[in-house]
Amino acid sequence: MLRDTAVIEVYNVSTRFGNHVVHAGLDLEIRRAEIFAIVGGIGSGKSTLLREMILLQRPDSGTIKVFGEDIQSLGEDAALALRQRLGVMFQHGGLFSSLNVLENIGLPLREHTDLGDALIDDIAAFKLALIGLAPETAMQYPAELSGGMLKRASLARALALDPELLFLDEPTSGLDPASASDVDKLVLKLRDLYDLTIVMITHDLDLLWQVTDRVAVLGEGKVQGVGSMEELSHVDNPAVRQFFEGPRGKVGQREHKQPWKTK
Amino acid sequence: MNPPQLTPAAISQPTLHELALSGCWTARGIGTLGQHLDVLPVANNTEIIIDGMRIEALDTAGMCILHRLMQRLRGQGIALSLRGWRPEFTKLLELVSQYSDTPKIKISRRPALEQLGRSVAAILEEIFALLSFVGESAVAVTGILRQPTRLRWRPILHNIYSAGFSALPIIGLLSFLVGVVIAYQVASQLRRYGANIFVVDLVGLSVLREFAPLITAIIVAGRSGSAYAAQIGTMVVTEEIDAMRTIGIPPLDLLVIPKVFALLIALPLLTVYADVLGVFGGMITARAQLGVSYEDFLDRFVNNVDLSDYLIGFGKAPVFAAIITMVGCFQGFRTKGGGDSVGRQATHSVVQAIFLVIVTDALFSVIFSLMGL
Repeated sequence: MLRDTAVIEVYNVSTRFGNHVVHAGLDLEIRRAEIFAIVGGIGSGKSTLLREMILLQRPDSGTIKVFGEDIQSLGEDAALALRQRLGVMFQHGGLFSSLNVLENIGLPLREHTDLGDALIDDIAAFKLALIGLAPETAMQYPAELSGGMLKRASLARALALDPELLFLDEPTSGLDPASASDVDKLVLKLRDLYDLTIVMITHDLDLLWQVTDRVAVLGEGKVQGVGSMEELSHVDNPAVRQFFEGPRGKVGQREHKQPWKTK
Repeated sequence: MNPPQLTPAAISQPTLHELALSGCWTARGIGTLGQHLDVLPVANNTEIIIDGMRIEALDTAGMCILHRLMQRLRGQGIALSLRGWRPEFTKLLELVSQYSDTPKIKISRRPALEQLGRSVAAILEEIFALLSFVGESAVAVTGILRQPTRLRWRPILHNIYSAGFSALPIIGLLSFLVGVVIAYQVASQLRRYGANIFVVDLVGLSVLREFAPLITAIIVAGRSGSAYAAQIGTMVVTEEIDAMRTIGIPPLDLLVIPKVFALLIALPLLTVYADVLGVFGGMITARAQLGVSYEDFLDRFVNNVDLSDYLIGFGKAPVFAAIITMVGCFQGFRTKGGGDSVGRQATHSVVQAIFLVIVTDALFSVIFSLMGL
């Protein structure tokens, strides 16, 4: 398929919670096989936008198209079929605490396919290894895992059905720098292996510089700027500038001089 | 959007030297082919070409299956070669074979005897843990009795309200109904012997000695015991208990002791209330079914039901109160991990509290009858 076709199109979306306006006519386009990040301050509606894209919440007005389908007019069967093409890694994992890691990863396969149990366990074990978790983790329950392992297990479950579109909610929050840079590599690896489109919410400047192709900065209910980090760093908009100013932003830019980014 | 039409995966052997794959080798396209593939007979040959020209789609699930098949064939000494595979498919194949070298995950099921042993050990461990929790709470209570200023009145009053006052309607209704049912059940028997007036003794003794304390304790265990477990359990999950310890507030002082005192006050009062409504229910039925007037009923009640009967029932209430709070709080503190654990502990707390209440009640009956009361 063409690289430049849009996978997600967001037109003029508005969302309100009571009197609080979250999105006021937001437009966004995410293309095939790109790693796209959504950033923005607290309360800028990043998570709400993500929830709207993954069919957990409806905007008050506007259109969201995923794979060219308007997700608000989907019937139940079509929505289910669409959901099987998405993988979501939640911020706190969202793993089912009554199932062990292997069962968690195999659950989408058990639920949606006719594959045998042994094969499902095989596939789950493969995903586990792919994501870089030790085989011993398979039999553990989510309560026994550390934060970083939880995120990885959750990512493995998101990949269970080989989705075409992967959403990551704060993939590196709460991780130590070493694990966070493992996530950087993992994200790039996954995109190269499966030609995945990856949409993430993150505040991690390293992740933004090293991994993303394009970034959208949200503010005041609209997209304040879209482009590669390089392009954004030359934008004058104050909402965008605040990401590059301050000591953290500067360090991020300096470190970017060592480009091992593979694209 | 309709789910895309799938051409199911298929495999055939057009010539002795070829295996032809076609269709969608994806998680949903394979269907039940996976199970057949493990036992698929392949005409034994020294060399086989796997033709992937007509594979429409291939994902990890399909690749895992094919990889398994290939390993089996190689195991039989057959040399394999690929033909017409798309580059992305071979990439996936390399990936799968790379990771399948990692040690296999053993899914071990424990033997039945070991499982039995483990569950017995778990029960024993829980009993000891409960006893040590009771011990710790007793130490905390004596500490507070020595320094009564440490007692927190606000949570006590709050607990009396939520566990006691709010339970009045349900306990009132149920004990009234129990009184009605007892009188109704004995009515036909007594009428046969013309012993109508004995309904007073039966209702009075059974309600005051047994039913009122028991019904009250069971309802409170269900209402409040589970709430204690859920409240403390949620606080364990959200690390509030740890925070409390760090700040220097003993969780027992703040969470357990006020509940103990509150229920020690509330449950006996609720029992008296249940006594009154239970006897009242019996009284109404006695008049309707047996023609025993209210005056006669109360007259005989005063003369034939001893104060000791009332005190025996009343005296059980504090013991039940201690059981309910101890079990509820104990189960709350035993919560580990996530949300479903809270639910499990709340269930445990109700089951164990009711179990212990009834067992204790039986013990009381034995002791009192030995004492001749």
